[in-house]
Amino acid sequence: MHATPEVSEPLVDGSDVPRRPPPSLPLTDRLFHHSARAIGMLVLAITGSIGLFLAIQSIPTIRHYGLRFFTENQWQPEKDAIGISAVLLGTLCIATVALLIAFPLALLTALYISEYAPLRVKATLISMIDLMAAVPSIVYGLWGRDLMQPQLVYVAHWLHQHLGFIPFFKVDADPDAPVWQQSQYTASAFIAGVAVSMMVLPMACAVMREVFAQAPVGEREAALALGGTKWGMIRTVVLPFGRGGIVGGTMLALGRALGETIAVALIISPAFDLKVRVLEVGTISVSSLIANRFGEATASQLSALLMAGFVLFLITLLVNTMAAIIVNRSRSGAATEI
Amino acid sequence: MTTLTAPPGNGTPPQPPAVPAPPALPPRPPDRPRELRSRTLDDKLSLAGAAVGSFALVWILFQWILPLHSPIGFVIMWYVAFLALYVAVTSVSNPRVVVVDRLAGAVVTGGAVLIGVALVSAVGFTFFRGAPALPHLNLYAADMSGVRPQDPLTRGGVVHAVVGSLIEVNIAVGLALPLGVGTAVFMVEVGGKFARVVRTVVEAMTALPSIVAGLFIYTVLIVTVHFPRSGFAAAMALFVMGLPIIARAADVVLRVVPGGLREAGMALGASHWRTVWHVVLPTARPGLATALILGVARIVGETSPVLLTSGASTFFNGNPLDNAMQSLPLFVFGAVRSGQPVFISRGYGAASILLALVLLLFVIARRLARQRGGRS
Repeated sequence: MHATPEVSEPLVDGSDVPRRPPPSLPLTDRLFHHSARAIGMLVLAITGSIGLFLAIQSIPTIRHYGLRFFTENQWQPEKDAIGISAVLLGTLCIATVALLIAFPLALLTALYISEYAPLRVKATLISMIDLMAAVPSIVYGLWGRDLMQPQLVYVAHWLHQHLGFIPFFKVDADPDAPVWQQSQYTASAFIAGVAVSMMVLPMACAVMREVFAQAPVGEREAALALGGTKWGMIRTVVLPFGRGGIVGGTMLALGRALGETIAVALIISPAFDLKVRVLEVGTISVSSLIANRFGEATASQLSALLMAGFVLFLITLLVNTMAAIIVNRSRSGAATEI
Repeated sequence: MTTLTAPPGNGTPPQPPAVPAPPALPPRPPDRPRELRSRTLDDKLSLAGAAVGSFALVWILFQWILPLHSPIGFVIMWYVAFLALYVAVTSVSNPRVVVVDRLAGAVVTGGAVLIGVALVSAVGFTFFRGAPALPHLNLYAADMSGVRPQDPLTRGGVVHAVVGSLIEVNIAVGLALPLGVGTAVFMVEVGGKFARVVRTVVEAMTALPSIVAGLFIYTVLIVTVHFPRSGFAAAMALFVMGLPIIARAADVVLRVVPGGLREAGMALGASHWRTVWHVVLPTARPGLATALILGVARIVGETSPVLLTSGASTFFNGNPLDNAMQSLPLFVFGAVRSGQPVFISRGYGAASILLALVLLLFVIARRLARQRGGRS
């Protein structure tokens, strides 16, 4: 097979000759390549078919409702009024609250772990963040509903009292009533957002920390050698270098926050109003809509739910892709993210 | 070097050794690196003083002046007052740069502490609320058949949910693991244009919200094919959700295996297959194990795909192909929404078991990861 006669020819001038690969692969390798390709095809078929299936399933819905599907805010199949504007807005509200909480905290935690933490505990802290990512979402849901909610209603009330002029913080209740209605402040997008923020924070924090750790040592030392304080070094070297990771990690977190189901379904009480009043009781998200309505859905409603899921998938896909592009651009080489 | 003396006139130029050594230059202390982690007495005292002072201030404020009682409000006020005091105390004797540095350090550390408290409180709260249910051995030995929601904790248990979870996760992981790792091997080792397509699609599908994966299986398997709601359907939903996650994690791990090892294997005359089997995979084994166990932990705790596909049951069911099968997250979800205090307690007990399971997987993953430096 590899007894090609021209091998002996270049030896005359004594130079090194790279080993020529045999002209055709051995049988085991061909088998290996083909079976690996087959597995790849199978996985492509499985994963690709989901996207395709969702897209095909949403055709009858879009044909029936047209663009009304995106502008209608009610989900009342009995009146043939089905639309996802309120649902999408609610999803966005919850994700926004989650990010507003998770972004600064993830940034601070990542900075602490990579810059401030004593070297001895660094590895422990990193695995604590991993552990935080592994905690089941229902645990965060319970934490948000039963531990945080009784406290957070006070925060919500305070925000309403003092910042109520901002539409974001408006609540349909009298802020200064002597006996204020606690129930108006429960089960809101704000409280769901707090629970979701705990879920998405470790993801953002891990990406940020990884990028901070890759900030060039030479420039760090240069900043310190010039007499800069630690914060000066962070501000001028670590943060500018990690900007891509900060943005990308946050967007990855956003992708996860948009699709979170159980914690949200556990906390909110469904309400299909077009509103951005995040402190007020009642909101809805795409995933909790699916969790609540799949049971009694007829074939056409199921297709509408699938369409809602498809829209959600497209949004998270868009967000994740942009995040991946941003993170990859900021990263020098491939790095493990476990 | 300002002590260099001028040459004494230009009459006698050849006097090379006459350049007098700079007289009496004070001996320089040896170079020392800047100590960035140590703290001076001033640092420590202003930190402690600000902490104690702000606590006292806010305590007086809360206790005597303002009609406020919320613990969260107290902590927030304390932190804000602490920052203000810290800045004030520091700026008495330090330039602005130092003040900013200390403020930044306090803010960063405060954020990290807050996250630590949140994590500990989430884990601790679950075990705390589950504590009434956990000591009863029937929780681990009985199922819920014939047990009413308001029955005391001495009756009924969650063994059906534990077994259901294990069966579902085993099926899902048993399918997703070989396929996921195989795909990763294909993407990294074989490569080519087609592999790039596969990688793009797999990465895209990691964005699939888990509930949509559940809805997909629900529509295809249960509504269209009329397969019963069962453990197998739930396992399929978990599989569909977990496959891209596992494939991507394995892909990332395999990609960091140094190319030199592969080339060495090939240069020694090994076939590609033997190189992958004897060089690449053993090198990546600890990383693969870690990534995969973390993926499994994620699958175990996932509720939403199971919610749509498995159906809830109260009795023990070891057959994944027929009848509804309970699982831990689903049991928790149902129990804590029931409104019955005893049943909620039971739900928290189940959540504690679930959390303990995840923690166990996590510890195993860490152990395996630590071997990375030691062996091979």
